[in-house]
Amino acid sequence: MQRLLNNRHFLGYLFMAPAGLLLLVFLTYPLGLGTWLGFTDAKVGRAGHFIGLENFEYLWGDSVTRLALFNTLFYTTVASIIKFALGLWLALLLNRHIPFKSFFRAIVLLPFIVPTALSALAFWWLYDAQFSIISWTLMKMGLIHQYIDFLGDPWMARFSTIAANIWRGVPFVAICLLAGLQTIPASLYEAAALDGASPWQRFRYVTLPMLTPIIAVVMTFSVLLTFTDFQLIYVLTRGGPLNATHLMATLSFQRAIPGGALGEGAAVATAMVPFLLAAIMFSYFGLQRRKWQQGAKD
Amino acid sequence: MSKFTRRDFLKTTAGAAAATTLGAGGTLVAGDALAQATGQWKPEKGASLRVLRWKRFVQGDEDKWLENTKLFTQKTGIPVRVDSEGWEDVRPKAAVAANVGSGPDIIISTFEDAHQYPDKLVDVTDVCNYLGNKYGGWYDVCKSYCVEKNKWIAVPMGCAGNAIVHRIGAMKKAGFEQFPKDTAGFLKLAQAYKAAGMPAGFALGNATGDGNVWCHWLVWSHGGKMVDKKGNVVIASPETEAALNYGKQLYETFIPGTLSWLDPNNNKAFLDGQIGMTANGISIYYAAKTSKDEKMKAMAEDIGHANFPIGPVGKTTELNLFFPMMLFKYSKYPHAAKAYLAFMMEKDQYEPWQQAALGYVSHPLKAYEKNPLWTSDPKNAPYSNSMAVMLPNGYDGPMGYASAACMADFIIVNMVAEAVSGSKSPKEAMERAKTRAERYYKL
Repeated sequence: MQRLLNNRHFLGYLFMAPAGLLLLVFLTYPLGLGTWLGFTDAKVGRAGHFIGLENFEYLWGDSVTRLALFNTLFYTTVASIIKFALGLWLALLLNRHIPFKSFFRAIVLLPFIVPTALSALAFWWLYDAQFSIISWTLMKMGLIHQYIDFLGDPWMARFSTIAANIWRGVPFVAICLLAGLQTIPASLYEAAALDGASPWQRFRYVTLPMLTPIIAVVMTFSVLLTFTDFQLIYVLTRGGPLNATHLMATLSFQRAIPGGALGEGAAVATAMVPFLLAAIMFSYFGLQRRKWQQGAKD
Repeated sequence: MSKFTRRDFLKTTAGAAAATTLGAGGTLVAGDALAQATGQWKPEKGASLRVLRWKRFVQGDEDKWLENTKLFTQKTGIPVRVDSEGWEDVRPKAAVAANVGSGPDIIISTFEDAHQYPDKLVDVTDVCNYLGNKYGGWYDVCKSYCVEKNKWIAVPMGCAGNAIVHRIGAMKKAGFEQFPKDTAGFLKLAQAYKAAGMPAGFALGNATGDGNVWCHWLVWSHGGKMVDKKGNVVIASPETEAALNYGKQLYETFIPGTLSWLDPNNNKAFLDGQIGMTANGISIYYAAKTSKDEKMKAMAEDIGHANFPIGPVGKTTELNLFFPMMLFKYSKYPHAAKAYLAFMMEKDQYEPWQQAALGYVSHPLKAYEKNPLWTSDPKNAPYSNSMAVMLPNGYDGPMGYASAACMADFIIVNMVAEAVSGSKSPKEAMERAKTRAERYYKL
């Protein structure tokens, strides 16, 4: 026993065991079970039988699933790009020496701090077809003549939900990028200034390369969180109108829990995995660019 | 699961006869009713019960239900814990409880849940026969929802009745003395409301309650239906197409934005005076009537209720939110649970509970038609016959997983929304609905 306790390999495994057990029970098992369910015809309250790829074959031909896939990709792409652009812009602003810097940095985080369900409810009122304060204000200003149907028209609903997601997601991107900006040594900027670099050149050849690793990590998380968004859509539209805002996550829930088709719902969720893996791969290869930053070739 | 024998029948009818004799000339007091209930179903020693029910839509319901439960505990010494969940969350929890064999003794759920796992439920034929014999019998739709193979597998609690809620003043101004009884007149009234600046508003988003209710009525009233008696999907039919074409005309009278409406939207718009007509439970009237705001009180005076109009099919075709009370086989105290169910459905408890909820739940037992609630305020009357005029979910086919899944997947609502808004032609919308429904019904 004493010999074992003196063995650093054994101790290493021993200390890792609790974390490994937690991961196994709360991560691997649910993920494995979910994947397995996708290959069965399980219903809520009833064990299923293995049916191979039948769920996936049906989903491939199902117009609602295809629409949900399109919605999810559109939602993720548009929201992520805008969140990145706004987040970077905000981070650059907050990185400057401005009065009340700490105060502004703190309040920028507010949308991220508010629980999603709560902010979704606020947006539900903002977008209400009859009570929207946005419509009311524009009407009072004489800019529109009838209330805007934010959530009633399919494309309006898509853009409205994307706007709500951006509002919530920008602080996360901004604060993370701000942290990245603060790690860039001032000496690099001084050297660039001495070389006569313009502000754009300083950004392009100093800031951006130094920020790349953090951008890769932040955008991976941002894409993952956007792709799997549920609460916002569930509160705002429940996937309507005409399934125009159904994301894979909301459709998976609708089919599996209220609809009782646990196997099919799990299959919808499993179908998200390749896309999520692609996002992780993006992060992985993005991080490899560190070598390039340190003078090596890609 | 035991069958209901002739001997059981004699026992329950003898009990009912005795109750009628003892109670002649007056109503039974709570104690008598309890004595009967607990006499028939002698609670197990040390019994305690857990009940899971849907969260109240009107406060009076929950208050009185808990009060009646407390009374049961006082009389029997049986502690009863009542938990409430949002009504859409009760269904999956009940299914899981049935599957794992553990959970609340009684679950008050919705629609056809009892048909999804009938072998997990205690045979409550004795309770239902006792109540049915004593209180004038059950409405037919109760049997659709709660009887399988001649056995009662759940006790009907009633339904949240849905009716047309409208503004009387605007209706009269438009030249209608009475609310139209047929779909043709209904369309004319909707058009008149729209012309008078009080458009109609019916939920067309993924609104589980209000959306499903009125869209099913629309299809059924024209003879369309999801499945035939054998469960074959027949939604793509000339009757459904007629319903969708009628719906298109009706949609033109709606306030903008109904495609996004969820369950609360129509309540808000109506109470704000933006719409003149919608489909809802009695909760809009309840909110206006119990409000301290004078404007709301005035609105309550102007609110009218009417049953859904009858379409070309020539009979009532409503869908209402039905509540079955299921007793699970894993319960250690089935007798205590049966006594509780019977006690809660007895007149002394049930009628005051209905009154407290202002008729939000319509009764499943015919004797409760005489509840003074329905005549004390004529506006309550259309909700009094909700159980009598409704059709079961999944009409005209068998109940079970497929009918429940079709509703949860908003197949009818989406079909109606697609067709009436012009996003798809009625034929395309029907075909999409057919493909989706066949997926569920083929299993």
